[in-house]
Amino acid sequence: MSEHLSSECSGVSLPRLGAPAPAFEAVTTHGVVRLEDFKGGWLILFSHPADFTPVCTTEFVGFAEIHGELRSRNVELMGLSIDSVYSHIAWVRNIEEKFGVKINFPVIADLNKEVASLYGMIMPGESKTETTRCVFIIDPNGILRAMVYYPLTTGRNMQEILRLIDALQTSDKHKVATPANWQSGDPVIVPPPNTQEMAEERLGEGFECKDWYFCKKKI
Amino acid sequence: MACINPDGTLTKPAQTILRAMQHTAGAEDLAKATGFPLYRVRSVIRELMEAGLAVENDQQYAVSEAGMKKIF
Repeated sequence: MSEHLSSECSGVSLPRLGAPAPAFEAVTTHGVVRLEDFKGGWLILFSHPADFTPVCTTEFVGFAEIHGELRSRNVELMGLSIDSVYSHIAWVRNIEEKFGVKINFPVIADLNKEVASLYGMIMPGESKTETTRCVFIIDPNGILRAMVYYPLTTGRNMQEILRLIDALQTSDKHKVATPANWQSGDPVIVPPPNTQEMAEERLGEGFECKDWYFCKKKI
Repeated sequence: MACINPDGTLTKPAQTILRAMQHTAGAEDLAKATGFPLYRVRSVIRELMEAGLAVENDQQYAVSEAGMKKIF
């Protein structure tokens, strides 16, 4: 059975990188929001297992702390869990009261699991009633550009999320790739040449090359 | 509706965005003028239009007659 058919039979939809992110309309702590409302900017759609749980609370504080940096990169944030909007409101108010951190991004109340199912956020092997720790990065054209899945036990790394955004935006702007452990400002990878002729020319182009297929440049 | 309170009055974001619409504008202009994120402006505009308080022409938004009564 193909992967597509298998997904359909199990009732689980799995998004694909490079494809349009599944459209939705959802009730959030900021009112009814559609995916298309974010068009023209980047969106990080993330899920958490449940409100009023400790790891999720540390993550919300973490997301709130990088929210300003994300906005300066034209990136909006939106959370999601299978909780009611009233639970979300009570929880974000509790975070502000207990941790002194205001949550300024919307949180989807996905009680009917509609968005969670569209994005494959529920991992039945871990929990059938909670969304796992997913991050979906959607570009200004509505294309799904990156997905990160963490298990219930492990809080996400906010600096890695910022790094991923920087890498994607750098790749788009300069038509390059980024190497392992790349940080903003580091040299980037020049796409490998596709022909023998281009490979020979590449070595004379002034890049920092180990070999014809492995060249870096500063931007 | 997130932009209309149960007593029929407008929420603060809806009031602010509707007032900014007195000078016909696109969603991005309204976001700049009000300081709300673009997604929030688009969401509120949709609800204001559903409530008959705003009108759209070629992605430019203006206050309807009913909308005028809400802000004055």
